Parts: sequence; C-alpha cells; structure tokens
Amino acid sequence: MAEAVLRISFAGPHVTLQDAGRPGFQRFGVPESGPLDRLALAAANAALGNAANFPGIEISPGGLTLDCLSGRLGFAVAGGGFVLDHAGRRGGSWSRATLAAGQRLAIRPGRWGSWCYLALAGEPDRPEWLGSRATHALSGLGGGAISTGQTLRLRDTRPGPTGPETFPCPVLARPRPQLHVTPGPQLDQFPAAALATLRAGPWHLTDARDRMGVRLRGPHLVPVAGALDIPSGPVPRGAVQVAGDGVATILLADHQTTGGYPRIATVLDCDLDGLAQLRPGDPLGFVPVSAETAITIARSRARATAGYLASLRRS
Amino acid sequence: MTEGFPRFHPIAEHGLMIDFGDRIDPAIHDLVLAADAALAADPFSGLCETIPSHASLLIRFDPLICDHAQARLAAERAMASDSATRRPARQHDVAVCYEDELAPDLAAVAIQTGQSVEAVIAAHLAGEYQVYMYGFAPGYAYLAGLPAAIRLPRKPAAMRGIPAGSVLIAGPQCLVTTLTMPTGWWIIGRSPTRILTGDPAQPFLFEVGDRIRFRRIARKDLPDGGHHHG
Repeated sequence: MAEAVLRISFAGPHVTLQDAGRPGFQRFGVPESGPLDRLALAAANAALGNAANFPGIEISPGGLTLDCLSGRLGFAVAGGGFVLDHAGRRGGSWSRATLAAGQRLAIRPGRWGSWCYLALAGEPDRPEWLGSRATHALSGLGGGAISTGQTLRLRDTRPGPTGPETFPCPVLARPRPQLHVTPGPQLDQFPAAALATLRAGPWHLTDARDRMGVRLRGPHLVPVAGALDIPSGPVPRGAVQVAGDGVATILLADHQTTGGYPRIATVLDCDLDGLAQLRPGDPLGFVPVSAETAITIARSRARATAGYLASLRRS
Repeated sequence: MTEGFPRFHPIAEHGLMIDFGDRIDPAIHDLVLAADAALAADPFSGLCETIPSHASLLIRFDPLICDHAQARLAAERAMASDSATRRPARQHDVAVCYEDELAPDLAAVAIQTGQSVEAVIAAHLAGEYQVYMYGFAPGYAYLAGLPAAIRLPRKPAAMRGIPAGSVLIAGPQCLVTTLTMPTGWWIIGRSPTRILTGDPAQPFLFEVGDRIRFRRIARKDLPDGGHHHG
C-alpha cells in the first residue's frame, strides 16, 4: 500500500491530532475531546472522501508548516479563513489538493477564525486511546500533539479528488457570537438578577483559552454565599461556570467531566463550533431558550449540517 | 429522599440533570447509583451515557432521537422500578507507600490534626472507601469515606507537578492521581496501583460504587522505588 512521510517543520502551540471524538467515557473522567470546531473537520474529511470520524490535524492560530519527504497524498483544509501556501501557490481554507514529495504546505491564520483543520488522505501512525485518536491535550492521551521536528507517517495514502479545488464555506461554519443557552443547573446559586445580567452582558472573549475552556470578560456574576460548598457534579461541554471571583468560563472539548463551580447556564452543543471560531476580544451574547426550543434549534442545525456534508461528498 | 428532591434540570439540547440532594452523603449517593443502574438495565431510545457524581446524575441523550421530556419520563420510570439489578460493588485493594518524600504533606497533616504520623497512617488505612465519582482528569476517582480524624480543608495554594500515583486527601475524600498535575490536596503517599489500566478490555480499574481499602507497602515494594509511575 502507498505511504507518505511528512516532516513537521513548524507547529504552533496547541496543534493536535483529532478525530470525531471519544464519546461514552465521561463517567470515568474522560471528556469526548475531538475538534473544537467539529463541523470544520467533518467538512475537510467529506471534501477528501474520508470517513466521517477520520483523524485530522487541528491547527491553532500558531499555524503549521509541513514538508512532504516521500509519497503523495490528498489533503483538504477547512475552518476559519486561514491562508495556505502550497508548492508556490497561495490559497485558503475550504480547499483541497494533492501534496507530493518535495512540496511544502504552510497554513497560518488569515482574515477570520481561530481553528483550522487539515484532513489527509492517509492513515496517520498515531495511537488510539479508548477507540479514538482524538487528543486529550492535558494528558496527551490519544493521537497526541503535533510539534515541530516530528515526522508523521501515513499509510494507505491516495491522491486528492479530481473535483474543484475549492469547496463552499457555509454560513453554518462562521463564528457565532450569539449563543443559545438553557439556564441552570445551578441558577439558584446566584442572585435573582443573575440571568438578566447574563443576558444583558456585554461579554467578550479573552485570550485565556485552550481546549478545556475559554474565559470571558463581562459583568461579575458573584455566586451566593455557600455556592462553592455544593458537591461537585457532572459538567458537560458548553457549561458556563463561574469561579468564586465571579468570572465566567465556557467549557470546551477537553472539559473536566465533574466540577464544583456553580454553573449558571449551558451553551447548546450545536453553537459551540461557532463559538470556537471567535477571536479574543470578540463580543458575544447569551440567549436563554427553553428545552423545547433547544431541541428545535439542534434538529434544524443537524439537518443543515447533514445536507452540507452530503453535498461535499458529491462534489 | 431529601426534602425538595429530586430536581430535574434540562442541560442544553442533550442532557437532563437529576439532583438527589445538595451534600456528600451515603444515602444521597446511593440514590444516584440506583438511578444510574436502573437506566443501564433498561436504557431508553436515544440514551447516550449517564454520568454519576456525589449527589447528581447527568443523563446525556441524542436530541435527534428523543427530548428532555421523554428522558425525564424514562428516568422517572427507571427510578420507580424496583426490578433494576445493581451490579454488586467490587472490592479493590490499593497499595500505598507512606515513606519520606513520597508523602510530603504527611507531617503537616499530623501536626494540623494533632496526632502522630503513624496515627494518621493508621486512620487512612482504617478507612472504608467508596468510589463516588470520577472527574478533574481521566481516571481521577473520588473516594468518599476518609475518617473524620484526618479531614482537613484543601491547602490555600496548589502545588504544581505532583506525580501520577500520588495519594491525596482533602475534606472527606481521598484520591489516587493518574497524571502529573497540580493539586491543592494533601499528599500523604504514593501508590503503584494503576487506575488507567492500559487494558482495552477494562480500561478503568474502578466502577463508580466500587469499594476500596488501602494496604501499606514499603518503598522497596514499589516497582521502581517510587521514582516513576505509569
């Protein structure tokens, strides 16, 4: 079978291998991990004809440069408006081509977005943990970090598809500054006006962010006395938790599975990909919705996502 | 059942949280375990996973298959049924070495609780522990049942770089770490027992609800003299 060898000539911090994630182990303290923007990796895989849960590289604002030492393989890039330099040609996210021995591929941040995904038409030689190559950044378990100086070997490689070089970036994949939330589960650990404060904002993203979560700047939501003594409870991706200092944090892909800080609300999972593409300093707002509305939004979003990915697979 | 409980909270589009109480208490935790077991024995269509903790159970479901109201009905039905077969709690022996620099806070715990180091060790060994939940990081199992004589609040500041296998205590809880991580808990020993087993057939040593006893070992009985773990 065909193989390829890539040298990681440069990787910024927080560049990792990710697949669709590692569901079902939260009761053992293991979050799903997977891409911060799941739609973008799914799009890159679909544009390349890869399986939906195929591993790809999550690229941080630090960027990634790799050199193909041997072999030949297709690649697709999706997520944000990153800039690509490939074999002397300039391009951007939402494109695909074939990388051949002797060629360099460099990906760096561009006009918008925070995370970009590189899908490769070949199986990387990185370990699975609990059936997934998604990297849990804190432990390094799973496929692991992609860092400068490493060599990445890929097997069962194939060239890129013969269709158009670019594919559409849907509105769905844009940054999402309005986040739908269900209030609670610990709304009673805050003063009565807290939900109105959460809705009113103003809120901004800070640069204190990683795969575990992102801290916000905004009004202080000071929990009531005794709120920090509540027993630790389950914490999902999307939880808006407030530490004793009144600072709100939204938990992301590598979140703790249980925690003791009171949670004022939970961001809908289908809004989290768009949250990940905001940049530090960007404004964001919270829109409380009922459980029924949350379901309606999620189903409508899932239909649109499925339709988009199916169209990529036909392209 | 505690007054005012259980309470149900919708969590985004994919979850239902059930609070059974508002404190760490064996009777409340047993309600969490019973509901967890009942749902495992009779899962509803769309159920993805359940996440037990001290006093709450998070039920995660697929919003394309069911919704919060259906999840709540299924949970209430499961909680009302007495037919659920609880898996019997397993008993585990966890080895721990209390010597020297593997237990940097042991002396401070002894001073703060007004007893000898040997008395602290004896109290820790006398505890009958139960896994109440996992959290913080993969394989971090929170063990309830620390004897009252050695309970202390967390330290005011966290220490960084605490090695995997460290045996920690704080409040009524004990845990054995699985990764090198910061901690504000008191470090009273080191264990060679691996909770992340590396065995794909049983990747985690404990299930929530399992019972734990600690067994004292000498430093020479650690696989590598306690210098490394994992």
